[in-house]
Amino acid sequence: MRKLLLFSIVILVGILFITRLFYLQVSSNKAYTIYEDNAIRKVFHYPKRGYVYDRNGELLVANQPSYDVMIIPREVKYIDTLEFCSLLKITKEDYIKTYNKSYRYSPRLPSVFLAHLSKEDYAFLSEKMRKYKGFYIQKRSLRDYQTSIGANVLGFIAEANQRDIKKDPYYKMGDLIGKQGVEISYEKVLRGIKGVKFIQKDRFNRDISSYKNGDFDIIPIPGKDITITIDAKLQAYGELLMQNKMGGIVAIEPSTGEILSLVSAPSYNPNLLVGRKRSANYTKLHNDSIHLPLIDKGLLRMHEPGSPFKSLIALAALQEGVIDLTTTITCTGEYHYGGKRTIRCHCGTGRRNLNSGISQSCNSYFATTYRKTIDKYDDASHAMDAWSNHIKSFGLGDYLNNDLSVGKKGNIPNGAYYDKWYPDFKWGSTTTISNAIGQGEILVTPIQLANVMAAIANRGFYYTPHIIKDIEGVSIPEKYKTLHQTTIDKRHFEPVIQGLYDVYNEGTAWFLKVPGIEICGKTGTAENFIKIDGKRTQLTDHSIFVAFAPKENPKIAIAVLVENGYFGARWAGRIASLMIEKYIKGDVTLKQMEQLVLNKSLEEEYLKPYSGKPFKINQ
Amino acid sequence: MNLSRNRGFKVDWITIILFMLLVGFGWINIFSASLSGEVTSYFDFSQPYGKQLVFIMFSLALIILVFSLEAKIYKRFASIIYLVSILSLIGLFIFGKTVSGATSWYAIGGITIQPSEFAKVATVLAVAKYISDIQTNIKTIKDQLKTVLIISIPALLILLQNDAGSTIVYASFFFVFYREGIPHIYLLIGFGLLILGISSLKFLALPTSVVVAVLIFIHHFFIKKKKRSILNPIAIALVCAMFSFGIQFFYTTILQPHQQDRISLWLRLEKDPEKLESLKRTILYNLNESEKAISSGGFTGKGFLEGTRTIGKFVPEQHTDYIFSTVGEEWGFLGSTFVVLLFVLLILRVLYIAELQKSQFSRVYGYGVASILFFHFMINIGMVMGLIPTIGIPLPFFSYGGSGLWGFTLLLFIFIKLDSNRINEW
Repeated sequence: MRKLLLFSIVILVGILFITRLFYLQVSSNKAYTIYEDNAIRKVFHYPKRGYVYDRNGELLVANQPSYDVMIIPREVKYIDTLEFCSLLKITKEDYIKTYNKSYRYSPRLPSVFLAHLSKEDYAFLSEKMRKYKGFYIQKRSLRDYQTSIGANVLGFIAEANQRDIKKDPYYKMGDLIGKQGVEISYEKVLRGIKGVKFIQKDRFNRDISSYKNGDFDIIPIPGKDITITIDAKLQAYGELLMQNKMGGIVAIEPSTGEILSLVSAPSYNPNLLVGRKRSANYTKLHNDSIHLPLIDKGLLRMHEPGSPFKSLIALAALQEGVIDLTTTITCTGEYHYGGKRTIRCHCGTGRRNLNSGISQSCNSYFATTYRKTIDKYDDASHAMDAWSNHIKSFGLGDYLNNDLSVGKKGNIPNGAYYDKWYPDFKWGSTTTISNAIGQGEILVTPIQLANVMAAIANRGFYYTPHIIKDIEGVSIPEKYKTLHQTTIDKRHFEPVIQGLYDVYNEGTAWFLKVPGIEICGKTGTAENFIKIDGKRTQLTDHSIFVAFAPKENPKIAIAVLVENGYFGARWAGRIASLMIEKYIKGDVTLKQMEQLVLNKSLEEEYLKPYSGKPFKINQ
Repeated sequence: MNLSRNRGFKVDWITIILFMLLVGFGWINIFSASLSGEVTSYFDFSQPYGKQLVFIMFSLALIILVFSLEAKIYKRFASIIYLVSILSLIGLFIFGKTVSGATSWYAIGGITIQPSEFAKVATVLAVAKYISDIQTNIKTIKDQLKTVLIISIPALLILLQNDAGSTIVYASFFFVFYREGIPHIYLLIGFGLLILGISSLKFLALPTSVVVAVLIFIHHFFIKKKKRSILNPIAIALVCAMFSFGIQFFYTTILQPHQQDRISLWLRLEKDPEKLESLKRTILYNLNESEKAISSGGFTGKGFLEGTRTIGKFVPEQHTDYIFSTVGEEWGFLGSTFVVLLFVLLILRVLYIAELQKSQFSRVYGYGVASILFFHFMINIGMVMGLIPTIGIPLPFFSYGGSGLWGFTLLLFIFIKLDSNRINEW
């Protein structure tokens, strides 16, 4: 017993020590990376972020230097806080708040303490920084927008947030990351790879030498410049036309799928989101719940397509063989179906065939045509699937899967969709008759409509609409060069295109003609509702217009949505015509029309639902 | 080896191999911890690693000396060695040199010598000689007091030189006495006082005394079968209370502020955030850095000369008291465990051999060697890993320093010599 006391204590202590070692080195060792080792100083070199050019080589986005004060909280020691605050022109409360925030992120990793010093402040501070342990100045490059247009396309960059950092460990607190537009779609191309130098420090924070002879250092790789498909002049003109209106314009080059302009109105000057004022401006933009300037309306506004959808009804019916060019109906101004129900028609009554049905936008003609298409099959569900399949082959009802960071699917119903709504399967062509005139369950976005026009202009195929034209030294993704064939035979397109041409020639858009350009288009008017105090209230119709031009060898396909702009030809049609003339001729001759559009403000219309008083619509 | 053949004696090679491994691995870590910049030469005698190499050479000479002397002279001259050692400690008060607060060094020419490192050897010899004396009966109070006196003189002298760490090592003799037959009650009392002391500091003396008194009376009235006088428990409770208040008094009044801080940090007594913050920059700083260095080593370590915290000299005193943090950082869990196992094996081996001794002198001496090595090992590594309060004593054979290395070498090899003599007698 006496012999065993020290014996066992020695063994116990040995076990205790090994347990402690295991705890320290194995179980609680949080895989110290070189980045977290505070014996190693990390010096980051942010390479040049790639420039952005428009399709004609005009520089849209460049860079400007910016200087940030960085903090490594745990290395902050023995500093005169008050003196430091007065140097940085901040209050002590700011200091404590930012310090705590940085500490919570990580005591041992750098975070931004104060962003975007002015050049004068930088010159002044850079000499004094050495006095403040745990702080240093980091040079960074900010965006310098050479233009005030295209904010929704160009997007912006901002400091990576916790979520970004978690998702991709490349990013450290204070790094910049694309947050919208091409900055997010082409983030990796534009940003390049930041360089890191690892330097061995001693406990007095002095540099001793390069860590392991620089074996771990990363050489910065500059970002690549990109050229986008946007035509800056057309984009600027589109934004100008959309002033004081809400909505979107999407113009596509049919032969390539390149997006010529992507206007979202109202937008903002991209320079607002650069530098020190960034977050104040961002908050202001973010909080504008009426105009939603940060929402890209050309990509995200889902709406009923209205009459432009009739071209697809016609194409599907031709493909299914239920109508031909000689099929006629007589319109009485009302279309009766399913007993007492009616669809009203504004085409002006008379005999209608495919051509005049399209050019006069006759509801009765398309209701008949749609019913024939669905009733061709014995089973409504089966019929709806066949029809839906034709429509979807134009890129509707699904994401475009392109290089725009946001998008909406829209909705094209199929058989299963209605089977779910009507579990007793008692539905058919009359139940879904609204589809015939682009209402009811059909939902599209402006870019989808523009793509439909591109497919019609191409007589049956389209390329996925995309924004990238060229990446310095790298070819653009193959998927943008892949042709998507619709399910409609080429021969069925000519009569429909002729109808669309006659819309301009003698139909609903006769007053929108552009001298010297053969335009094919279609007006559209979409009812829309919002809830005010829980009550479904109708607002003034959306003005919609789709077009392509010229008729032969089309160069541009366009969709315009003017929210609450009333009937299609009124504002959307005018804007489409002006855009087409601007793009094809480079100049606008329709000065009167231009003035009319520029002077029109729909602001009053947008404020109506918020006024709290009863209001009239469609005036 | 020549020695063993010529003189015809056998040494315990296991102990010697363990010794060589510790000294060799120790030097590798001293090299890493004291290297500044690129490796130019292993023999730069202006640097600690170069000097340590000289110390190691010199300790080899000491080993030869120890082996070449007759085993019996250690017993015969134990008293004289002890006296000389005491004199050398007293001499410090006149000729001593003060380094970081402790007056523990003689400076002779370029080298400094720390007599307290040798005093341990002398004291173990003296204790062994006294206990093994035919007239000594360790079970009597009188002889117990005498042995305690033998220990107390050097311990007190060292304490007066302000080297509290080295003083604590003398408590290790308790294990020797216990092995040699002091009553079990001492173990109980020792353990009880340890708990009582810590509790008096952690929970203050008054609550501790009250709780202890209540426990004693509960034991007296409800558990003990044979009822004796009520005076007994009262006396015990009083003694406990006195001890408890005494410890508290000792802590608050006699201990110096930096010693208080170490204990208050260990027992987490310090509540004042500003004081804590300032302690973090001073006492806790070393500990934090050392724990961080160890834990950053991970399972396999960063590799020889690759420890970023060692290169950056983040751990102060790393080549002396904190040498184990270099092991932790550069050799990881595997290397650290290896070192811990080397020490455990060495101490157990010494204990095992001590039990084999036929002469009581050799056995007591061996026990003393094991106890002292164990205390150093426990306190040093425990401190570096943050398990016990900061007490600055070296890690035997490992830490940089001539006196320490020679002291431990003498301590161990005298025992090996004594043991080889046992084999001869066999």
